[in-house]
Amino acid sequence: MATCPGCALLCDDIEVIVENNRIKETKNACRRGAARIKGCINRLEPKIAQKPSDIESAVRKAAEILGNAKSPMLFGWSNSTCEAQVKGIQLAKKLGAIIDDTSSFCQGLLIEKLLQKKFRTCTLEEVRNKADVLVYWGSDAQDSEPRHLSRFSYFPRGESRQRGYEEDRIAIAIDVRESNTAKICKGHFYRIQPKGDREFILALIDALSGKVPAYEPKKILELASILKKAEYGVIFAGIGLTYSIKDDFDILVALADKIPNFHIMPMVGHYNMRGFNENLFKETGFVNRVKFDGKVVHDNRYSIVEALREKSIDALLVAGSDPLSSLPRSLVRHLASIRVICIDPCVTMTSKIATVTIPCAVSGVESGGTAVRMDGKIIELSKIIESDYPTDEELLSRLMGAL
Amino acid sequence: MEIYQLLPKTNCKICGESTCMAFAVALLGRKKNISECTPILEGDFKKQKEKLEALLLPSAGAEETGMIVHPEICTGCGNCVVACPVDVANDPKGAAIGCAPTNDKVIFRVVDGKVVASNIKECRRFGKNRVLCYACIDPCPTGAIEFV
Repeated sequence: MATCPGCALLCDDIEVIVENNRIKETKNACRRGAARIKGCINRLEPKIAQKPSDIESAVRKAAEILGNAKSPMLFGWSNSTCEAQVKGIQLAKKLGAIIDDTSSFCQGLLIEKLLQKKFRTCTLEEVRNKADVLVYWGSDAQDSEPRHLSRFSYFPRGESRQRGYEEDRIAIAIDVRESNTAKICKGHFYRIQPKGDREFILALIDALSGKVPAYEPKKILELASILKKAEYGVIFAGIGLTYSIKDDFDILVALADKIPNFHIMPMVGHYNMRGFNENLFKETGFVNRVKFDGKVVHDNRYSIVEALREKSIDALLVAGSDPLSSLPRSLVRHLASIRVICIDPCVTMTSKIATVTIPCAVSGVESGGTAVRMDGKIIELSKIIESDYPTDEELLSRLMGAL
Repeated sequence: MEIYQLLPKTNCKICGESTCMAFAVALLGRKKNISECTPILEGDFKKQKEKLEALLLPSAGAEETGMIVHPEICTGCGNCVVACPVDVANDPKGAAIGCAPTNDKVIFRVVDGKVVASNIKECRRFGKNRVLCYACIDPCPTGAIEFV
């Protein structure tokens, strides 16, 4: 059995058939996971200034760039093992650099509140065994974490939910569009306007307090009655919800207080984004956007988005991420004017513009390690095939040595 | 009815069925083949034959129960694996609780990120006591499973 590094569910029931050190077939992994396990189509080559090189020289060049930079930044980490993330944080400390990950424009805010214990949360096993009301809020689990509904939340039978989805569970979707998850929730889909989550939460709080809500009273009262009757409810908070209420996050805390049987779980996409948040939180008390400047400084200016907008960085190390494909074009333009070091197993948009590219092993396939699942459980990654490529942890150690 | 409309409607009995309507039903149930209707193979019905073939094409890859899995739109989420009542009964400690199937008695399994159906004779739509079960169609958000 192998662990799938396709998404933050980290399914550990995958069977892999290996032939001549190549993956021939995967069983039980979804399409996303199977593609990830089967590896890259275009393998990254070590290059310096677009010219072929070797890994050793590329590491030395990367160390030279980072060592000479006035304001370096280390970014990515969502597709790296916990061990590599810890090394990355140590490297940032040594360099006095800014460190940030994809959670600064993803679920970072929600995870920060969770780690500060502002909400109740639960594990995915508890969801499977106990949960009777599941709310997918601003999240399309069916597409982002394809096995979420079948492995943990809606379809399986659990200890206290022996009749599974047929009778024992209710799935509710709250979204701006009829996503694939909403299609499964059928009679319990509540469509809201973009940025309408705040209004919806306030109306729901009114309904739960016994008042008639001002906004769509019939539907809200119906939803409130389902939530009140829940024995063990879970709100799967997606990026849609987090983005929409990021300026007034306390209303979600207020809602959680009104429904004491409910738990909130952040829906994380990348397989080890939560791992980075937890590792940095342990080290600094913050989940992202940190600068090691003698002491730990946390500011919004240190997020990748703001750093690129203000053009405040002059060197960027990207490990386990592809900012060029996920950030707006107006922001990534600055990447062309600074020196970028890319550590990745595959050719990405970022690697194409990078000054130095260093290939590494595919974590969870060609190298083992640990990662943190979306509910906070630590999962062991498996090494399925042998590879000559160094792991990202090893590369970061060599980089630190070369500094 | 659509199939019947495209047949010669002469009730010639060459195919062995008593009427063209009966032949249409047999075609749909894949008990008969278009080639058994010799008049349609002749020149006059060329266009109708092509239309009929196009109409019956989706059922060409169907299993004995009439099940078709479209691998190109399947995301391998495994909802059908866990929702299928036969899988639940045959594998209570695996597929029923959302885990990987633990034996070969299950109907659905995910291979290379796509669903593959096997043990089709176990399907509730098959055999003597068949029922019109929708347990694998309803949980599929992409419509990758259908019955013809």
